[in-house]
Amino acid sequence: MITKRIIPCLDVRNGRVVKGVNFEGLSDVSSPTQLARAYWESGADELVFYDITASFEGRKLFTDVLREVASTIFIPLTVGGGINTVEDFDRVLKCGADKVSVNSGAIRNPELINEAAHIYGNQCVVLSVDIKRVNGEFHVFAKGGREDTGIEAIEWIKRGVERGAGEIVVNSIDTDGVKQGFDIEMLKAVQSVVNVPVIASGGAGKIEDFVTLFKEIPRMSAGLAASIFHFGEVAIKDLKEELDKNNIPVRRV
Amino acid sequence: MIAITDYGVGNLFSIKSSLDTIGVQSVVTGDADVLRSADKIILPGVGAFRDARKKLSDSGLDKVIIEEAKKGKPILGICLGMQLLFDKSYEYGEYEGLGLIKGEIRPIADVIGEGLSIPHIGWNPLIMKKKTPLFKYINDGDCVYFVHSYYAAECDENVSATAEYGCELTASAEAGSVYGCQFHPEKSGKAGLAILKAFAEML
Repeated sequence: MITKRIIPCLDVRNGRVVKGVNFEGLSDVSSPTQLARAYWESGADELVFYDITASFEGRKLFTDVLREVASTIFIPLTVGGGINTVEDFDRVLKCGADKVSVNSGAIRNPELINEAAHIYGNQCVVLSVDIKRVNGEFHVFAKGGREDTGIEAIEWIKRGVERGAGEIVVNSIDTDGVKQGFDIEMLKAVQSVVNVPVIASGGAGKIEDFVTLFKEIPRMSAGLAASIFHFGEVAIKDLKEELDKNNIPVRRV
Repeated sequence: MIAITDYGVGNLFSIKSSLDTIGVQSVVTGDADVLRSADKIILPGVGAFRDARKKLSDSGLDKVIIEEAKKGKPILGICLGMQLLFDKSYEYGEYEGLGLIKGEIRPIADVIGEGLSIPHIGWNPLIMKKKTPLFKYINDGDCVYFVHSYYAAECDENVSATAEYGCELTASAEAGSVYGCQFHPEKSGKAGLAILKAFAEML
């Protein structure tokens, strides 16, 4: 039986992990390679690297980091941030990424999903969507969640899957950072209209939030979080033990 | 020396890195002579069967791989590379494979039933079906990483392991010295590295 994936997300700027990391046993808490290695040892099922650099030099540092991580740990790596063209896909896939996540780039040019899926296969294209409730509707937000596009999110995701997205990351802006649990209502709405794997993001504050996620939405494929893992508030080993106790299948290392 | 077949399909970086990590010499190559002189061959692949099959024919490496397999050289196909080893595929039409393992490639949508996502993406425990040298360092129930929408059917006698996803899907198959993994050993953590090590140690 397929296991539920637990995915830490790392924001990288100029080749360094940002958002302060507090991880025991690391000599350099901002080193993406050291942090990735610690997650690999602790049983993370996949890692997401999000490039928040704006400059060309920063991009180069990012691909250097990616190359180093991909030659050190052997679990799936998804890369996002600044992906606007098929050339951007090519750039990160050559450095060891397995999947590429598109967000604002797909909003500006939805054809990017079709093109990338055609060249690299649907399994390679992850559609990441930042969603917030506006007047009782789910709206897609762009530019890191700062700009309301006015696009209805559920329809956007359906279209994205038709265009060839092989996986969806749903990030609820409403629950992000609040640490009161995943946005079950929003995630159910998405899961009910697509047949590709859905990854929940935004809101996890404790182990029980993951148990609730997978119990409430048994089809949900994975749970993604950042700071609670980086700060050691939730240890992946403990999280998986608790999921296992609740009869939720997980990979143990 | 293991030759990792480069025919313009897929991510060879991770396969090369994983072999480097376990101390196995390998070379990424599209050169027929290098494939012929290598001890073993890995056939990678992602994307659509038709495109990959065409690239493999255009490169002429399909014939080399068939010849080497017939001489008893160990061959390991990974993901789409595994599917190429079979007789034929029904992905977007009907296409001939290399015919090194008996069976055919069909959509998982036909067999997995309702309520499961496609592609089959994620870590799934292996259900061992027969003893194989490929799995000498891992155990029944070890998880490996899958990403696929098609699977190998009509190959029961060749299946060495399955994974449960609505039904039991072929996870690995073999015929003589020809081995195939539907999952990605190079992305399957320590279990995956142990599988690659076992392959590298074959005689």
